[in-house]
Amino acid sequence: MSKHGASALATHHKLRLTPSVVALVLCIPALAPLLVIAYASFSPDTEVWKHLSQYVLPEVTANTLLLVAQVALLSGVLGTALAWLTAMCEFPGRRFFEWALLLPLAVPAYVLAFVAVGFLDYAGPFQTLLREVFGSSSWFPRIRSLGGAAFVLSLATYPYVYLLARSAFLTQGRRALEAAQSLGYGRVAASWKVALPMARPWIFAGIALTAMETLADFGAVYIFNVRTFTTAIYGAWFGMRSVNTALQLAGVLMLFVLAAFVLERRSRANANFALARDVSRESPRLVLSPVMRRFACAFAATVFAIAFVLPVIQLAIWAYENIGDLDVRYIGFVSRSLLLAASAAAVIVAAGFVLAYMLRRFPSKLSHAVIRVATMGYAIPGTVLAVGVLVPIIYLNNTFQDLLRDWFGDGAPLLMFQGTLVAVLLGYMARFLAVGFNPIESGLQRITRSVDEAAISLGVSGTALLRQIHLPLLRTSLATAATLVFVDVMKEMPITLIVRPFGWDTLAIRVFEMTAEGEWQRAALPAVAIVLAGLIPVALLTRRGAHVA
Amino acid sequence: MRFQRLKAVFVAALFVAGLNGCSERSNEIVVYSARNEQLIKPVFDRYTAETSVQIRFVTDDAGPLIERLAAEGENSPADVLLTVDAGELWHAAERGLLRPIDSEILAANIPETLRDPQNRWFGFSVRARTIVYSTERVKPEELSTYEALAEPRWKGKLCLRTSKKVYNQSLVAMLIAQHGEEQTEKIVRGWVENLATDVFSNDTQVMEAIAAGQCDVGIVNTYYYGRLLRDKPDIPVKIFWPDQEGSGVHVNVSGAGVTAHAPRAEAAKKFLEWLSQDESQAMFAGLNLEYPANPNVKRDPIVEAWGEFKANPINVAKAGELQAAAVKLMDRAGYR
Repeated sequence: MSKHGASALATHHKLRLTPSVVALVLCIPALAPLLVIAYASFSPDTEVWKHLSQYVLPEVTANTLLLVAQVALLSGVLGTALAWLTAMCEFPGRRFFEWALLLPLAVPAYVLAFVAVGFLDYAGPFQTLLREVFGSSSWFPRIRSLGGAAFVLSLATYPYVYLLARSAFLTQGRRALEAAQSLGYGRVAASWKVALPMARPWIFAGIALTAMETLADFGAVYIFNVRTFTTAIYGAWFGMRSVNTALQLAGVLMLFVLAAFVLERRSRANANFALARDVSRESPRLVLSPVMRRFACAFAATVFAIAFVLPVIQLAIWAYENIGDLDVRYIGFVSRSLLLAASAAAVIVAAGFVLAYMLRRFPSKLSHAVIRVATMGYAIPGTVLAVGVLVPIIYLNNTFQDLLRDWFGDGAPLLMFQGTLVAVLLGYMARFLAVGFNPIESGLQRITRSVDEAAISLGVSGTALLRQIHLPLLRTSLATAATLVFVDVMKEMPITLIVRPFGWDTLAIRVFEMTAEGEWQRAALPAVAIVLAGLIPVALLTRRGAHVA
Repeated sequence: MRFQRLKAVFVAALFVAGLNGCSERSNEIVVYSARNEQLIKPVFDRYTAETSVQIRFVTDDAGPLIERLAAEGENSPADVLLTVDAGELWHAAERGLLRPIDSEILAANIPETLRDPQNRWFGFSVRARTIVYSTERVKPEELSTYEALAEPRWKGKLCLRTSKKVYNQSLVAMLIAQHGEEQTEKIVRGWVENLATDVFSNDTQVMEAIAAGQCDVGIVNTYYYGRLLRDKPDIPVKIFWPDQEGSGVHVNVSGAGVTAHAPRAEAAKKFLEWLSQDESQAMFAGLNLEYPANPNVKRDPIVEAWGEFKANPINVAKAGELQAAAVKLMDRAGYR
């Protein structure tokens, strides 16, 4: 290493404290709610726990594990297969499906669930038709079941895996496959032994997101009548009036997630996924046989139809029937949704980037653990996390308020931090840090250490290294993270509900207003608007993606 | 230079944050509402038009709103808590979040069974949870009480909504108040035995299942029936008022109370008094096809068509008191 490089590294060493502190501070909004939840564990309500462990927990634990496993498997397979086809192969409609397969992301899982149950349940149009034709529909599988919920949640969440796996396949390039083939592997073997394992961090990061989303889901499992950990949490809170028990159950959920993190970490302890890549010399896509091309097209079309086209048609019909609800206020709902989603995407991606970057430059077990814990908010049921967000914010507010009272007496201005956009964004940080962090962390793994070293030896270091080398290489990952956060925030309800300023209603809040008393058809209008607005970042991302690919 | 700018930003942020509360005017009240915006905003607008008192509000589920109120303590900007279930109000009162209101108008307009015995909250609309049946397969003479739906003759013919919904928790709580836990558990077990299919996530689905022939009888809130009737006037499902010789139809309320630390308690009290009177009562209940709590107020024509019924005279506060017991009982009985 040159003298220059050594001195550059030494400078970094001195700076060590600053990025760690920055990272910790960035994690505070995400950690504070978890601390509230952890704190509640100190005062268990033994009577409620006794009841739960006897009548509720065995069933919901089994259901939750089964559900998460099924969703992880199905969305993992769907997302990876579709990503593989659109990134590596050529088939009719490939250019269209590339971005179209992302669209289901914009349909909230609870909306998809409601549409599916409404359409496919006994009283729905499909089984009614079956009864008219065959006289009976009793052979039709039960829709409101664990399997049904797993199916719908998989369709709603596979885009996480798709998006991440796709960016993995795109960045690793087809040249890796070529290299494997030149070493004597057949095409299929090359895919299995090289391309897939090399995309593992991305696929796992995507599956982790689907699994966490499934753990936190209440809307869809409620509609499918599946009793999970989340429904037990809500039952303890709203039914047995024990908020503490609800928080404690959420704490148990956190332990599950933590255990999963540790296992996943171990499974790829010494693997290296970095890759030297040269986009300018990309080799052509794999050419499929005519049968396989048709199959690929049909497969993509089926997933797209079931996960997006059919539900959106149903929503559009309902929305049209309630078009009277559409008034000038929708301009406000839409612009507020967009503003919140965009600012959350900016803040969370920036935070996710700083954290991931810091972990790469200054890896330490402690900061890794802290960041991992900070991303767990994504696995916690929204309403519980909302309380976790609320408590520290109100605590701050009241502290400041008391201070002002001391200074100004009765004439003191009144504060209300809860009920500000800053509070809303802090809440989103707590919820969606994982969504911003995971894609960027996996993206950074693609950049070899030798790239850093080479750059440093050439005198490029510090922020220049970041600006000139890392950021350009991370563009796809950053765009992926931003899209995911944007769309997730568009759909988010509980945190927005409890900390929004007076009158700050968004599209998701319109959906809440309608569904809270079961007016699902009327919820279709804001739901369609969410889907349409969700198209914006997807369109932007595809442009960028096309550019990179 | 940079620090100066940072400081300015900080002060500005604090200012913006403070703005929310700074604008405290005597001419407004703040409501935390678990009643949906489309059901409550028109009422607020009417009040503002009549009195020029502005109403600012946030909607959410009652659970989070109550937690927010509790955390805010004496700094809370809220004057009124509005919910769609007596149990929630009972719970809020139990935690000291509501204050007693001494009002002759409210006492005169709201029947005793529909308000807190200590006047910390008042029901403003009545939600009747009653039996619905298929007009094609059931004669009304076959029906009698909630309890009778547990009899073996209804095996495979009953549809219920999930026990997770507070309306069913209140219903079972009221049964406990009448029959005690042991007897009630038998009844609930009987219901579970009779279920035609898994429980549903909302009342509309229960009625659609009856119409489709999946089951013959169910238990729903009447306004769900009213809404369904508006969309599908020919639906072969009708309402039956149970237990008219006995204790009567289970009712719940959507109601409100003035918060313990309300900054404008007097204005809040005036609002509630206004809400208990003729036109506002008709509007409050009518927007969702519920029954006005004030017995002298005219009902919506759709609601009127369902006829008179005798309501259970036990105070709705019991639903809150016995809710946890009801939830545990339903867990034991396998009512999901």
